[in-house]
Amino acid sequence: MPPVTGVYPDAAGDAMENGMTGSGYFRITPGGRDYIYREEYDMAEKITIALKRGASCVGCDIAVVNFNEHLFTLLTYADIVFAPTLLDVKYEDLKNLPDGSVTIGFYHGAVRNSDNEEMAKVMRDKCRFLIAYGACAHMGGIPGLANATTRKKILEQVYKKTVSTVNPEGTMPMETYTDEAGHDLTLPAFYDRVFALDDVVDVDYYVPACPPTHDINMQILSLVREFVEKGKPLPPKGSVIASVKTLCDECGRTRSRTISVARFRRLQDLKLDEDKCFLEQGIVCLGPATRAGCGAPCTAVNVPCRGCMGPTSGVMEQGASMLSAIASIISISDDEDKLSEEQIERLMDQIIDPLGCFYRFSLPKSQLGRVVEDVKEE
Amino acid sequence: MSEPFIPKIIVFCCNWCAYAGADLAGVSRLQIKPHFRIIRTLCSARVDPEFIMYAFRKGADGVMVAGCHPGDCHYIGGNYRTRRRMALLKSMLKQFGLNTDRFRLEWVSASEGEKFARVVNDFIDRIVELGPSPFGKINNRDRRRKDEPISG
Repeated sequence: MPPVTGVYPDAAGDAMENGMTGSGYFRITPGGRDYIYREEYDMAEKITIALKRGASCVGCDIAVVNFNEHLFTLLTYADIVFAPTLLDVKYEDLKNLPDGSVTIGFYHGAVRNSDNEEMAKVMRDKCRFLIAYGACAHMGGIPGLANATTRKKILEQVYKKTVSTVNPEGTMPMETYTDEAGHDLTLPAFYDRVFALDDVVDVDYYVPACPPTHDINMQILSLVREFVEKGKPLPPKGSVIASVKTLCDECGRTRSRTISVARFRRLQDLKLDEDKCFLEQGIVCLGPATRAGCGAPCTAVNVPCRGCMGPTSGVMEQGASMLSAIASIISISDDEDKLSEEQIERLMDQIIDPLGCFYRFSLPKSQLGRVVEDVKEE
Repeated sequence: MSEPFIPKIIVFCCNWCAYAGADLAGVSRLQIKPHFRIIRTLCSARVDPEFIMYAFRKGADGVMVAGCHPGDCHYIGGNYRTRRRMALLKSMLKQFGLNTDRFRLEWVSASEGEKFARVVNDFIDRIVELGPSPFGKINNRDRRRKDEPISG
């Protein structure tokens, strides 16, 4: 067995299942995983990297700049061939590359419109390994909260209803338009819902967090470097490059064995104890349902976890596991069997927006994925 | 509508009370409409909210969780946990746009075969009234192949 490092227990288990032996790389095939040896791997001296964004705030581009001086180390064994933020390139430059010619592609941002989708597919064709970089590509992220409404409602609000909008003719965005001179103009189609990257294309690795931290970047860097220079195998396809534990494991705040909360409050409504667990103080913190690996920088500066790392590997749903945790820690002083169902429901009403709170970064990848319209309740 | 609507309903039953109640309803030959499937769990607290959401994703038109009466849990306090979670889940399902009548929590003891038959029949009637779950349609769209273009 090759030494599969402790950072990726998921990966180690996976490798064992697949009977991986020797110093193998695995190759992406349409059917799934396929491990190959370094000698078989036809690799130029330097690897190539491409960066592309979808529906994103460009924070992940900044996270790449956050490689700091390590960016120079990276450049000793890698060439960046396409990165609109860093280089003067056009989309055609990427489209003109031969298929599979880029070693690693980082795609960040969700898939929100037809342009995002097209570029995600181009990236998939050009890159041997495609990485969903950052919370939006991983699970939909903040743009994914648009799944709590519909395209129709969003356009109505933005183009008709806001106070500052002056639109007497009711002009709405059009996908195609021909101007007086006869030029055809096009806009990407705006989808009814937001997708994560792997809803649209096959993804090899996921890098969570909003944005990926310096430590996570260094993890990727050492993985890539050892792959290129020492022939160490990459983790199996589908690995999430982070820890498998929950954030509470990395959080430095102290907590008692059992947590019991009388009333949930907002940060501004109490005097915060700077060393004590947020949940114990009645602040909703998504730590128990969130994957570790970021180093808990938020809780260290008195900001509760918002869940950008996504669910841990053992669960399907971040929101549902947080929901269970929250429901269990509310303290009930009376005999619980004397409470009626309605009283319990009223008690739970103190969580004002469970959907937006528990799925802040993962709504498109949740089981239900988006809101729907059902038969109205009487 | 050309074909009559046949609802898909999942009933989670705890092993010690509700499942025994369902069994009693069976051996007592009580008439229950056939549109439900029982999933037996050791305790109603084993029913993770994500199971319920998964059921809806897979096109269930209604989900019922049935357990021991409060105070009667075989594991002393499991159903208290269930009750809390399901209350919070209900408010979240409402945010997802579901009619909350599609989800029901019931307490059925091992001796209440008659009650089991009644609540399940009631629930099925209500789901038939509501019609198919909107997540059934979404689900089909989610299952599209990756090379298919997104429509809308």
